[in-house]
Amino acid sequence: MTVPGTRNIGLPLMNLVRLKGVPTLKQLHLEERLLRTSSDNWCIINDGTNDPTVVMGISGKPMELLEIDSVLQDEIPVIRRFTGGGTVIVDQGTIFVTFICNKDAVPGLQSYPRPIMSWSSLIYRKVFQGIGDFGLRENDYVLGNLKFGGNAQSIIKNRWVHHTSFLWDYEISNMAYLKLPKRAPEYRQARSHLEFVCRMKDYIPRSNFIDRTIDAVGSHFLVRSVELEAIKYPSDTKFKPSSGLLMKQELEETAIDSHTGIAVSQSLQL
Amino acid sequence: MALRMWASSAANALRVSTATASRPAFSLFRSFSAVVEGLKYATSHEWVKHEGSVATIGITHHAQDHLGEVVFVELPDVGKAAKQGAGFGAVESVKATSDVNSPISGEIVEVNTKLNDTPGLINTSPYGEGWMIKVKPSNPSELDSLLGAKEYTKFCEEEDASH
Repeated sequence: MTVPGTRNIGLPLMNLVRLKGVPTLKQLHLEERLLRTSSDNWCIINDGTNDPTVVMGISGKPMELLEIDSVLQDEIPVIRRFTGGGTVIVDQGTIFVTFICNKDAVPGLQSYPRPIMSWSSLIYRKVFQGIGDFGLRENDYVLGNLKFGGNAQSIIKNRWVHHTSFLWDYEISNMAYLKLPKRAPEYRQARSHLEFVCRMKDYIPRSNFIDRTIDAVGSHFLVRSVELEAIKYPSDTKFKPSSGLLMKQELEETAIDSHTGIAVSQSLQL
Repeated sequence: MALRMWASSAANALRVSTATASRPAFSLFRSFSAVVEGLKYATSHEWVKHEGSVATIGITHHAQDHLGEVVFVELPDVGKAAKQGAGFGAVESVKATSDVNSPISGEIVEVNTKLNDTPGLINTSPYGEGWMIKVKPSNPSELDSLLGAKEYTKFCEEEDASH
């Protein structure tokens, strides 16, 4: 006999924060603060961000990753985030899902990149059950062989964050701000952005994806909703976020270096 | 190894590509190079070699093997203070950045600038050319709280077996 409420006994607590249209930099600052100063588990879902923004990983080099002239001309903000991984362009069509966990939150899970990545895919396998051919290819979430979610992580001594930007929809023109990365997964096989990615909206309604994700999280955790304004931070901890906006001057200098490099290269070929 | 078994069965269930082209081949020699005698080890998988007034610090073979190919290393400035158990830098391996913690306290007197251009030295030579920082210890007795080679080996085996 099943007693109501017994399903959740013994599950660790997960605080769920639902956001909509929050700027990417604000979201990243929140995530890093919770990673480094909280001792609770958090799931943050940000349903879109209002302004198109380029977001690079911690070691991203603009010259290698971006069409800088277009980015400058169209005044697209460029952020370097605190997690590893590649470059994305996010906007209202992006759904962000983030897990911030203690290292012992998931029984038997070692807090290293590959195990965390595999565990996260179990959540989304459940979300897409009966909906699409979901898989984890190298470090990307795919439907078939088309990427629809990009992942990045940050692992500290006793906690980790795993966050994903999901392409529920995207603007084709925005993809033009990104170069083909030098470091790419094998399964990409030199495909252009548009041949490599797909839109989640072709598979699942937006609110359905978010609801199913929360349900899937609920099979691993006891989920408790928390309003953003209600989050309390320890008063005695010093925290300075490392995600930041690249200044226009830095991008302009990169553009100049890029043009100089091209000119030198061409003159050497004469 | 327990971790590989878990990952393999999860991979089969999820139709996960486990392309390993990026993993260094020398992991086959784990049993010979995993732990070095004469070093001290932290449970967060950093090693320290104390020689005279300077201690050299890096991450262990176990750590680099679990992290995967290191693509970027964030090192501190010379002159900054290292504190036992606190982060002094980070390594990026494909999608993840992972804090590296100092096993001892002291002043950072040198950093391995070769890692800027060749971060993969951490994978290929974690106890040699892949060292990260050198510290002038402020409290050498902190070394007594660290693990020796045998204890660290046992720690790693127990950690992998329990996951």
